[in-house]
Amino acid sequence: MTDQGQRARSLIRAAITLTAAAAVYEALARSGYFAPALLPTIPLIARALYASLADGSMLEHAAFTLYRVMFGFGLSMVVGIPLGILMARFRPVENFFLPLVSALMPIPSFALVPLFMLWFGIGNTTTVLIVFYAATFPMLFNTWSGVRSVNPLWLRAAGAMGADEQSLFWKVIIPGASPFIITGMRQAFLRAWIAVVGAEMIAASDWGLGWVIFDAKEFLNTDIMLAALVVIGAIGYLFERLVFGSLERATVQRWGMTRAAKG
Amino acid sequence: MQDAVTTITVMGAPGRSASGDERWRVVARNIFPFVVVGTIWEIVAWAGVFPHRLFPTLEEVALSFVQLTMAGILPHHAIETVIRLLTGFALAAVFGVTIGVLMGRSRRAEDIFLPLVSIGAPIPGLAYAPLFLLWFGLGNISAVLLVGFVAAFPIIFNSWTGVKAVKEIWVRSAQSMGADDRRMFRHVILPGALPYILTGLRLGLAQAWRILVAIEMLAAVPWGLGWMIFGAREFLNTDVMMAGIAVIGIIGLTLEKLVFQKIEHYTVVRWGMITS
Repeated sequence: MTDQGQRARSLIRAAITLTAAAAVYEALARSGYFAPALLPTIPLIARALYASLADGSMLEHAAFTLYRVMFGFGLSMVVGIPLGILMARFRPVENFFLPLVSALMPIPSFALVPLFMLWFGIGNTTTVLIVFYAATFPMLFNTWSGVRSVNPLWLRAAGAMGADEQSLFWKVIIPGASPFIITGMRQAFLRAWIAVVGAEMIAASDWGLGWVIFDAKEFLNTDIMLAALVVIGAIGYLFERLVFGSLERATVQRWGMTRAAKG
Repeated sequence: MQDAVTTITVMGAPGRSASGDERWRVVARNIFPFVVVGTIWEIVAWAGVFPHRLFPTLEEVALSFVQLTMAGILPHHAIETVIRLLTGFALAAVFGVTIGVLMGRSRRAEDIFLPLVSIGAPIPGLAYAPLFLLWFGLGNISAVLLVGFVAAFPIIFNSWTGVKAVKEIWVRSAQSMGADDRRMFRHVILPGALPYILTGLRLGLAQAWRILVAIEMLAAVPWGLGWMIFGAREFLNTDVMMAGIAVIGIIGLTLEKLVFQKIEHYTVVRWGMITS
């Protein structure tokens, strides 16, 4: 009862905050102190968003961005998860790859954009590779520490019950490491999402949400810029909440493992 | 073991040479992968599979690294970048920790800030870049403000979580021992929340570092490593680009190893909050 009252009050306060913030913004935009081209009113932004959604151009940009991000993210999973498992299971693999990974990790993905532009040109290849580079490291590291942190007691118990190598891997190690792997996927997607927007801005091709924002700057179309920001935020939020939230419920929570690693 | 015995007989200093041998093996093991990758790189570069301008040999990269360092160009770029990073990060740390702690301590502040923060956080920081460029112009102000803005989010979230995670029983026992608000904050809340706050600062700095390189490319600042790399692309100076990327990697590694692991060691570990 009191808990519910508390929650209701929080919701009301949140609504008040957002309304107040919107009102302050609207007042600033209408006050005329700033150029209207730089600070469009909220109805204008809403109209730009609606128009670009209605004629399908925004959806097309979003589709390009999603394609790049999913491609790069998929590649990072294909490389990161097996390599992480190998590194955790076999000592020589770890000895070989760990120094390389530790040396590459502190280099931000954007630093490689100009280099990749020279090597692969402007367009999909560069963007996908940047996304791949950004997303692989969290994927790899979380898988690695996940497999290493599987309770040795479980391994011995399964071994004592006569599990062979294969069922040990699929029935014990993979479920045991899954909270970490899923955390890794979550972090990797976050990184990938940041990387794709940045790469699209710098290595401007003709499509993509990052490019929309950057292109809108040239023509002072601040309303389109903010509309694209809304779309980017919405997609990021949807993935974080819906995709990874439900993935976690379907695997980790059903297997009765709590989420051990926090992003 | 065999090797260790032979060294002992040769060197005649049993304890030291054995541990030295061990250390050598670790060093060799860490260097080996780089030697392999470097050799492959050299072979590909010499074989001329790719145009030489785009795929320089390692000697050329090292040479331009040395030349640029001697000429003072590389240090100048690096210092400007680091100053920008630290200024932006300082802004983020001050505002982020303040807002985060306020949110953790007061229900009202939480209700006010949480919706704003949760709307701003899922948008990638760089997406704000053109907006900041329009509002604050090209150059340093935009770059520093954007870095601060982006780095503030993880700091806010972690400070907030940290203050909320302080054990209720500590707070109550301090209260029953008659601690006033100030003492409570200094001696209970702050040490209790510190592991989280440090994690937040660490994530914030990493975030700031990642964004800074990109914003330097977009904001047309006069000096800065990001700009250097981006500028070198125009003239196909791939070796200069590689040298810049190497410096960026070194700075990133230094930040992580020297700054944060030290801080963590001196505060959190000493207070016994975590073991490491």
